[in-house]
Amino acid sequence: MIDKTVAGVPDAVVGIRDGSTIMIGGFGRAGQPVELIDALIEQGATDLTIVSNNAGNGDRGLAALLAAGRVRRMVCSFPRQHDSWVFDGLYRAGRIELEIVPQGNLAERIRAAGAGIGAFFSPTGVGTELAAGKEERVIDGRRYVLEYPIRADVALISAYRGDRWGNLVYRETARNFGPVMASAAVTTVVQVDEVVELGSLDPECVVTPGIFVDRVVAVTPRRWVRDGAFVGGVDIDGEPLAVTS
Amino acid sequence: MTGLGRAELAQRIARDIPEGSYVNLGIGAPTLVANHLPAGLEIILHTENGLLGMGPAPEPGLVDPDLINAGKQPVTALPGAAYFHHADSFGMMRGGHLDVCVLGAFQVSSSGDLANWSTGAPGAIPAVGGAMDLASGAKNVWVMTDLLTRDGASKLVAECSYPLTGVGCVSRVYTDRAIFDVTPDGFRVRELFGDTTLGELERLTALDLT
Repeated sequence: MIDKTVAGVPDAVVGIRDGSTIMIGGFGRAGQPVELIDALIEQGATDLTIVSNNAGNGDRGLAALLAAGRVRRMVCSFPRQHDSWVFDGLYRAGRIELEIVPQGNLAERIRAAGAGIGAFFSPTGVGTELAAGKEERVIDGRRYVLEYPIRADVALISAYRGDRWGNLVYRETARNFGPVMASAAVTTVVQVDEVVELGSLDPECVVTPGIFVDRVVAVTPRRWVRDGAFVGGVDIDGEPLAVTS
Repeated sequence: MTGLGRAELAQRIARDIPEGSYVNLGIGAPTLVANHLPAGLEIILHTENGLLGMGPAPEPGLVDPDLINAGKQPVTALPGAAYFHHADSFGMMRGGHLDVCVLGAFQVSSSGDLANWSTGAPGAIPAVGGAMDLASGAKNVWVMTDLLTRDGASKLVAECSYPLTGVGCVSRVYTDRAIFDVTPDGFRVRELFGDTTLGELERLTALDLT
């Protein structure tokens, strides 16, 4: 019997080594696997390269991992945000390396790794400083630059529901990088709101097939959904709205 | 009166988007265009974080943290909407499936080069997001911007001095003073706003306009 579920988040991050490259899903806070990141901080791995679209928001999740001094290098498209003060401070102090990748190239390089593509030519970034030093080729009259895959030792992602085979469905735009990252890591770890019975996810609607997934752990469900239905009552950070009397 | 205000310009851009178009509105001023799309027309908004059929901001109390736009603000999904992952989303751009994207700009050159992601200022933290992908992928890349910076410098230039976002990618520029098409011969004035004249635009931009 295949059972990829693990009992708790500490089990989900067992074995992550110092110096690892770790993909972390999410676009801003949407889809960020905060509980897994908290467990990673607790687990202690350091000297990490993190691949994620952003470089942390506020003081939780990826921002907390950065604040704990565990990250040597950040690979992302958009580190600078209104609430990225942790990263900003580290960067200005020269305590973190940064590689900026255009967002679509980031997604496609991750996808390429998962799909076994050796490299690909992308039109994005041609003639800009982000393509400096990269091999360029003109194909059918259009300029392209050579981009290599990005793979990882571990992917930490957040989905909505999963089963013991690792089949996953997501919720709305919290899907973002989850499916491509799941395919591009040696070990893919997923936090879900709910582990459901095998067979209860509609095969027509499975977004990430379990072949890409190694560990599934249930975490405290998002508070703005109840019994599968959106109930609201939270702010954009998922915090409960203050009750006005 | 010398030109159009922000909202009027957004309205003017919205008028040029045909029904049936798939459209991406960049972060900042271009998002205003969404407020002016004619209610009766089906124009489908794309947000690069994985949604086609994006609707307006939700009512307070109905904010869904899983449902946001590229600016990470809460949005809604209209009937007929679709979610997809990031590689598919950027495939829609790169693959030329989007009809129009509207972007902000620091500078646009007369050959259609765009600079909108970095001023190159020392010490600034670089952040590109999806700007380069959008610039290189949509069938029509329109820029929405004031003609002049706060210091009175023209944003239309012979050559960009800021780091480029894309080369030869802009097809049209909507400014508060006029609409310009980018042609093989440089900027061509398509429409003047207010009492703006061609001669005045040539003086302000120091460019030969047609």
